[in-house]
Amino acid sequence: MYSEERHHDCRELLGELCDYVDGELEAALCAELEAHLAECPDCRIMVDTLRRTIVLYRTQSQPAMPDDVRTRLYRVLKLE
Amino acid sequence: MVDDAFASETELLRGLRAGEAAAYRQLLELHSANVYNVAFKLLGDEQEAEDVLQETFMSAFEAIDGFEGRSKLSTWLYRIAYNASLMRLRKRSQMTSFSLDVPTSGVDQDGDGSRVSRHLVDWSSVPDDQLLTAEAREVMDRAIAELPETLRSTFILRDIQGLSGSETAEVLGISVPTVKTRLHRARLWLRDRLSDYFDEGARGVRAAAIPANRGS
Repeated sequence: MYSEERHHDCRELLGELCDYVDGELEAALCAELEAHLAECPDCRIMVDTLRRTIVLYRTQSQPAMPDDVRTRLYRVLKLE
Repeated sequence: MVDDAFASETELLRGLRAGEAAAYRQLLELHSANVYNVAFKLLGDEQEAEDVLQETFMSAFEAIDGFEGRSKLSTWLYRIAYNASLMRLRKRSQMTSFSLDVPTSGVDQDGDGSRVSRHLVDWSSVPDDQLLTAEAREVMDRAIAELPETLRSTFILRDIQGLSGSETAEVLGISVPTVKTRLHRARLWLRDRLSDYFDEGARGVRAAAIPANRGS
């Protein structure tokens, strides 16, 4: 369970996570956040699973455009 | 495949404005699959995605003379496709009386991502082949489909298609800070949904591993 103090830290951390996982968090905030992560296993899990979520969506094979869709596109645009 | 006869975007644009068929074909080769993917992920329907794909390139070909080249061609095409998809989603929402912007139950409504998730099971190191089963892919597709349109479009463009924050902002007609806020909310929501599912899966894997280890 979160203590009240840790919970407060965690809430603040969540607000910065987007920039952090994108590598866009400014250096001072980044250091502060990493110091918190070193002490808070719950937030480490949050960061790790958030990163993995993004990677899974990014890498899951995108359905290729079907060949017949492509053929019809060229036909409609008169580029066969 | 066609040869990339137009080596730069400037040359391609010149070819398009001159009405050269090779330029049109190259534009399709470069961008049609991405436009289709975005439309399909936004709409979740193959036929509608194909309609948007065709509409996008017909509109682009007609409007190419008015394209000023201030953004990349890809960003411009995404914007046309997004607007066409949005019109279809709005038509659907009018038919079903749902608002596109009302957050799905459970999505952080504060907008700052301050809702601390109760799902803190670490499934981040489970191998891909155990995570990406057909069932898991369905869960992922359902989760993204349940996001409000404003969050879904941001996540699709930024995290799946890999556009930059400013490109995503340009396509959606919103500010970069708004992209960040929406992206943050979308990511947290999707993480929660995957955690619900993978937590159960991870427990299953651990349970299955015990007799296997004993037997080896």
